[in-house]
Amino acid sequence: MSSDTNRWEIGSLRLAPARRRADTRMRLIFSAAAVATLAISILIIYTLVKDAWGFFIDVPKGDLWNIGWFPRRGIFDIKTLILGTLMVTGIAMLIAVPLGLGVAIYLSEFAAPRVRRVLKPIIEVLAGIPSVVLGYFAISFINPNIITALVGGSNKAFNVAAAGVAVGILTIPIIASVSEDALRAVPMALREASYGLGARRVSTTFRVVFPAAISGIVAALILGISRAIGETMVVAIAAGAVGGGLFSTDPFQPGQTMTAAMAALGFGSDQVAGSGLAFQSLFFIGFLLFVITLVLNMIGDRLVRKVREEY
Amino acid sequence: MSIATPDRFGAQSAASLTERLTGARRDVRGRIVEWILLSALGLSLLILVALVVNLVDRAWPVLDGRLGDFLSSGLDASNAAEAGVWQAIRGTLTLAIIVAIVAFPLGIACAIYLEEYAGQSRIARLIRINVRNLAGVPSIVYGILGLTIFVKFAGGLTGGRTVIAGGLTLATLVLPVVIITASEALRAVPQSIREGALGVGATKWEAVRSHVLPSAAPGILTGTVLALSRAAGEAAPLLLVGGITGLLRTGNQSIWQQITEGGFTSMPVAIFSYARQTGADFQAVTGAASLILLVLVIIINGLAIWLRNRFESRW
Amino acid sequence: MPELASALTPLRSSENSRKVNMTEAAETDQVPVFRTRGLAVYYGDFRAVRDVNLDVRGQEITAFIGPSGCGKSTVLRCFDRMNDLIPSARVEGSVEYHGINLYDKAVDAVEVRRRVGMVFQKPNPFPKSIYDNLAFGPRLNGIKKKNELDEIVESSLKRAALWDEVKDRLKASAMGLSGGQQQRLCIARCIAVEPDVILMDEPCSALDPIATARIEDLMQEIKRDFTIIIVTHNMQQAARVSDRTAFFTTEVNNESDRRTGVLVEFDLTQKMFSRPSDERTEAYVTGRFG
Ligand SMILES: Nc1ncnc2c1ncn2[C@@H]1O[C@H](COP(=O)(O)OP(=O)(O)OP(=O)(O)O)[C@@H](O)[C@H]1O
Ligand SMILES: [Mg+2]
Repeated sequence: MSSDTNRWEIGSLRLAPARRRADTRMRLIFSAAAVATLAISILIIYTLVKDAWGFFIDVPKGDLWNIGWFPRRGIFDIKTLILGTLMVTGIAMLIAVPLGLGVAIYLSEFAAPRVRRVLKPIIEVLAGIPSVVLGYFAISFINPNIITALVGGSNKAFNVAAAGVAVGILTIPIIASVSEDALRAVPMALREASYGLGARRVSTTFRVVFPAAISGIVAALILGISRAIGETMVVAIAAGAVGGGLFSTDPFQPGQTMTAAMAALGFGSDQVAGSGLAFQSLFFIGFLLFVITLVLNMIGDRLVRKVREEY
Repeated sequence: MSIATPDRFGAQSAASLTERLTGARRDVRGRIVEWILLSALGLSLLILVALVVNLVDRAWPVLDGRLGDFLSSGLDASNAAEAGVWQAIRGTLTLAIIVAIVAFPLGIACAIYLEEYAGQSRIARLIRINVRNLAGVPSIVYGILGLTIFVKFAGGLTGGRTVIAGGLTLATLVLPVVIITASEALRAVPQSIREGALGVGATKWEAVRSHVLPSAAPGILTGTVLALSRAAGEAAPLLLVGGITGLLRTGNQSIWQQITEGGFTSMPVAIFSYARQTGADFQAVTGAASLILLVLVIIINGLAIWLRNRFESRW
Repeated sequence: MPELASALTPLRSSENSRKVNMTEAAETDQVPVFRTRGLAVYYGDFRAVRDVNLDVRGQEITAFIGPSGCGKSTVLRCFDRMNDLIPSARVEGSVEYHGINLYDKAVDAVEVRRRVGMVFQKPNPFPKSIYDNLAFGPRLNGIKKKNELDEIVESSLKRAALWDEVKDRLKASAMGLSGGQQQRLCIARCIAVEPDVILMDEPCSALDPIATARIEDLMQEIKRDFTIIIVTHNMQQAARVSDRTAFFTTEVNNESDRRTGVLVEFDLTQKMFSRPSDERTEAYVTGRFG
């Protein structure tokens, strides 16, 4: 073959231009798509910061710390929203942490593989329930049947507790799946070592496996909290629809979270025209929400990666 | 030698040794803990059952009496007996189509860049972190983005508060889901497949198109299906970009009007609107709409999970 | 004809000016298929192999032997620029292919790989039909007609001694073949694009002895048409199949505790295994080493 000396010129090692062009073109397209995702983040931050700053400059500072959240009347009490958010998230965690961790530990350490294969997808279905459906579940079932039974009827039809429970249900699958991954990432050898010393399953699980997976479990909790803080529709339906703007520490009264307040600015009662302080307040809360969830997600993400690197 | 004898651990006689060796059966503490864990699982499943039973129960007047009518009637906020969801179903389908057209190619292209081209470059790492963070941004924040960019800034192209702006907003929202799942699917394709193709003189793109993408297709498909189900269930961002909530009858526009003039709705937005009406008959309407959406989403998710499990262990 | 000058330029002054056995230097009038001078490959800061000076001749089988980690695969992957795919990898020195600088800007790695095929350690058929595995390469090069493709598939399979075993199930998935058959399929897949060189990186290490023997026979048959370079850990295999052998080993660096691969000796296989000139080679081939 190599007797044909004409073949061995540098030009013969050049690719057909059409194929080279196609390759370059696709590469450009793919990189452009990837860069577009960066553009999304930049746009989010830009839009939020621009109007949030405008709002912060314009708003009389006294109105940021007043009696409640009534944007159309120019009352922008941030602590009402933060309190509402904290209460909903807190109640949600009361539900989601024990249930989510229980599910994770059971599936990872106790369930037979066959049981696990059946149950895991069902828990994943829970993750897919649209939040409006859970919001409706909160007003049609959780509130009348559970909250009322709990406090004997002193609860309002729309209240923070019912919304919190529903948000908790929404958070169970996240906590369950992230912490299950963390538990299962613990090497079998560690469990065997523990059994080899005569430990029982329960002590192995809680003294050996659980501590080994702790950063992943913390990550699960953080990601769960972030998800709960970001949940909008459940609260908009079940807690903040009527009179949620008043500052109240009673979980059985209506309340307003940051997210639901934002939704309310976009429709119905609080719908505001395209300009003015009330409209800009949307961006201000949006910015706070973005920063809070971003920080939580980054910490959670870091911890999840740590688990992967360790094993 | 005390090490060899069991005495150190308190087994004095053969009887007590036997007792200790068979003690697992009476490990009370272990049993209790296992039961607690199992009940956490049971309770979670029970919630799912309660949710479905409650929905069916509430929705029964509608399901029993006028399901067909309900599916084909328009939105109505004044008369529950004539309220229906067909525009909402149509809206959700339109939104899903826009999401599929915009988010799938973009997301898959980004995943291909990250997995096949970028390697560990700094920009690639930045994009990866960025995508993971975008996945955690609350959906309502995407509503703000949609309002500012798709409704206002690009209002000339999208027509303002139209179904197109809504679809683009949802597409942005699910993009990280598509990218993350597609990346995982691509990563699962063994390196040897790429080497095999490059080794006989394929360009990168030829290797990706002919071998890597087909091998990753089931996983990518799973991700896109999951993204669709996420989009089908979202309401919050749509409230900010013009989903119709107030006077529901204004949501009766034709698809063409929805595209040019706005006034669109979707299943979750309609459910939200119905949930805000008072009275038992609207409760039934909300319940029925919720049940329909839930069934839809569970079917889509089930499909995705089935796809994933089916093709999980190919390598 | 490519410039003789570059072939005769003095060796890059190496840290230890070991005399590399230049196989019959008088024969340099015939341009070798590959010629490396002062070849060194880095993975990031780590120098995996250095000072490789080697002439690979056409229509011969060249074997690379040496202990694990001495850079055999690394050097092999320079010949079809597979190292381009590893972002941290960097090549220094020159690699000439028929007198053409392989790392010249004008040279396209994709076209190089068409001419310099590679067979990997683990058989890697595409998860497609046997036919599609074979037809993939030719299709890339613009062969679309069914009868032409059929002919290429058949002749490649025949040359890879696989035709009789698979001719009735060309449409069946290649994943259903045995390990040895898969490896011969990968060789056939290489042959189908009519390469000039076939690189094989431990092609038999995942196979049983019978399958190994078949691949070795196959190599003897196809060496008339192709230049073959094979990396192997099996010294008997190197002795059996190759015409020339290159022995690599690792040396401790002074500056770091990581080991860098070097080419110790390169000569006719017969000589390498009977009276090597370097004592490290002798230690290795007689099993006193690593
Ligand atoms: N992709 C890579 N990144 C970093 N270092 C690498 C990479 N590939 C190989 N190396 C290092 O380069 C050195 C040579 O590796 P190479 O695979 O070429 O050795 P080898 O002789 O083929 O070994 P073996 O016989 O085990 O296959 C080793 O120290 C190895 O750790
Ligand atoms: Mg090797």
